[in-house]
Amino acid sequence: MESVGSLIMYFIVALSMIVFSVMAVTTRKILRAATYLLFTLFAAAVVYFMLDYEFLGAVQIAVYAGGIVVLFVFAILLTSRPGDNSERLTSKSRVLGAIASVATLVVAGYALVSRCSVAFASKPDMEAPDMQSVGTALLGSGAGQYILPFEAVSVLLLACIIGGVVIARKR
Amino acid sequence: MEITAIYYLVPALIMFCCGVYGFITRKNMIAMLVSLELMLNAVDINFVVFNRFLYPEQMEGMFFTLFAIAIAAAETALAIAIIINIFRAAKNIDVRSLNEMKF
Repeated sequence: MESVGSLIMYFIVALSMIVFSVMAVTTRKILRAATYLLFTLFAAAVVYFMLDYEFLGAVQIAVYAGGIVVLFVFAILLTSRPGDNSERLTSKSRVLGAIASVATLVVAGYALVSRCSVAFASKPDMEAPDMQSVGTALLGSGAGQYILPFEAVSVLLLACIIGGVVIARKR
Repeated sequence: MEITAIYYLVPALIMFCCGVYGFITRKNMIAMLVSLELMLNAVDINFVVFNRFLYPEQMEGMFFTLFAIAIAAAETALAIAIIINIFRAAKNIDVRSLNEMKF
């Protein structure tokens, strides 16, 4: 049984997630699409906070909302004139997209409903993982600890920096 | 009324379907990338929800999402570098008019 406040909070977040993601793919101004993406990412961060993963919510806001959306906005301003509309969709591509997304919806929705016991599991009690347990799990080398993927991601980011410089430099 | 797992999974599913629709219908490369981010985020939410509702004593889903966010950031940065490079060469980032690999 949830308190009224958390129910209201849940409905605001779920509704804004759905509405803004629909608007992000249907708006014709590309800068607005990036802005609606930002709101959707914020809603996802609020979901992480509601599920007691504070560290993950903070990472979501810092990396996605602070990093990726800024990259998007810069790229949009560099590649298109402000006030440009994307041209009207042909009905063929719209029908094709609708068929693909409805097929995804039906398949995944069926998979959800057919696993009723999982889908309607109630929220068990959990103490939120504190910073110490997150840090130990991230940098430990024992079972269920993540030093190897951590280092792999650091090498990936280095490769990404070098690749970005090489690709984008002036010839 | 109790908020069970499906109350989080259904908005994530709708978000994923929006991403699929946008990826197919959009012609601008950056708009396609926006749709891709929507799909990635929906999957991240699913990982976290399953972790929280089914295995609350472990943190696997949370860490998978953490690494997925890092990889998504790297992927977006590289993709945008490629898009800007294409724009410099072809003055255009419409996928229909990009049918040559070398300019």
